[in-house]
Amino acid sequence: MKWLLCLFLVFALWMLLMWSLDPLVIGTGAFFALLVGTYLGDIYPEQLHKVFSPKRWLFFILYVPYFLYYCVRANLDVAFRVLHPDVPIRPGIVRIRTTLTGDMAKTFLANSITLTPGTLTIDIDGQDLYIHCINVPPGDIAKRSREICGTFEPLLRRIFE
Amino acid sequence: MMLDVAWWIIGVGLAFDLLGCVGLIRLPDVYNRAQAATKCVTLGTCMLLLGVAFVGFSGTSVPMGIKALICAAFVLLTSPVGAHAICRGAYLSGVKLWPESVEDAFGPRADQIQQQPTQKGAADREETKAP
Amino acid sequence: MSCLELIAFAVLLLSAVLCLYRIGRGPTAPDRAVSIDILGTLIVGFCCIMALATGRDYYMNIAIAWALISFVATLALAKYLEGRSYDA
Repeated sequence: MKWLLCLFLVFALWMLLMWSLDPLVIGTGAFFALLVGTYLGDIYPEQLHKVFSPKRWLFFILYVPYFLYYCVRANLDVAFRVLHPDVPIRPGIVRIRTTLTGDMAKTFLANSITLTPGTLTIDIDGQDLYIHCINVPPGDIAKRSREICGTFEPLLRRIFE
Repeated sequence: MMLDVAWWIIGVGLAFDLLGCVGLIRLPDVYNRAQAATKCVTLGTCMLLLGVAFVGFSGTSVPMGIKALICAAFVLLTSPVGAHAICRGAYLSGVKLWPESVEDAFGPRADQIQQQPTQKGAADREETKAP
Repeated sequence: MSCLELIAFAVLLLSAVLCLYRIGRGPTAPDRAVSIDILGTLIVGFCCIMALATGRDYYMNIAIAWALISFVATLALAKYLEGRSYDA
């Protein structure tokens, strides 16, 4: 089942890249999809069948504009700090806790944090994330966790868990 | 009309690219530079690719648009991972934070990582010792 | 090639020169690694402006390949900086 799904994903990517229905193209694609699916199939994440749940896709489509909004806001913030003559930064590394458990969910949380306001993930250790902030927020672990990853957790939990 | 929208998107993307590289010059240490540069240049390049996708779908060539969208997805996924890996490597290789930083919670964890030997390395040493 | 495309190339070239300055001056090795990563992403931008200017879509193939290979190169540099085994 998982093998078939990998095969299908690789083949779909190939067809999108080539964008032609020539039998030679389809044949080459099928051959390499078989090769890749057989030899590298085991590095794909488990529970790939979640791809077919429409509810997850709905939340994913909701997530994209939400994420882009925060991403643009982050960029304007960084641009302001860079162009300001005094470079007003107050950097530091803080530790926060997340409630997500899945590997995919945590990966996407870390990537989202890296691309959003003034934060960069340095390491993940179980439930702890080490974040480098360009402007350290006040408060203790709980308050910072709410502030930094609270905006993404509810949506990511519905998509990946 | 579509072409105008595409060029506006490309223009904003170029501005972000330039600002990211200015950040690379002006900020004080590796971690801050990685932050500014990664965020701004990733979004800037994604906007360039989005503009190219607009132009492609509005009639030039559909494959170009599809390839641009796939490339944007790749850049959006790989760029933060690269920045994270370099910052972790920088900290573990002993690059200090900027002296005016206010907090450093990663120190104890870095010591812990450096003390545990990697399994592969340990196995190699065992093999060389055995004969 | 129109005026807009020339301006786009000029801005990207200026960004690349700033990156090269950081690669040359950067006080530590990670600085240079970050700049090389950024330069790779800028080259993806170059490729897509080239695709616009010439109207040929194979430049996008170059862009995709460059994005993936520069990612692998960045990871290898980061592992090298960590100074540990490449498998961990």
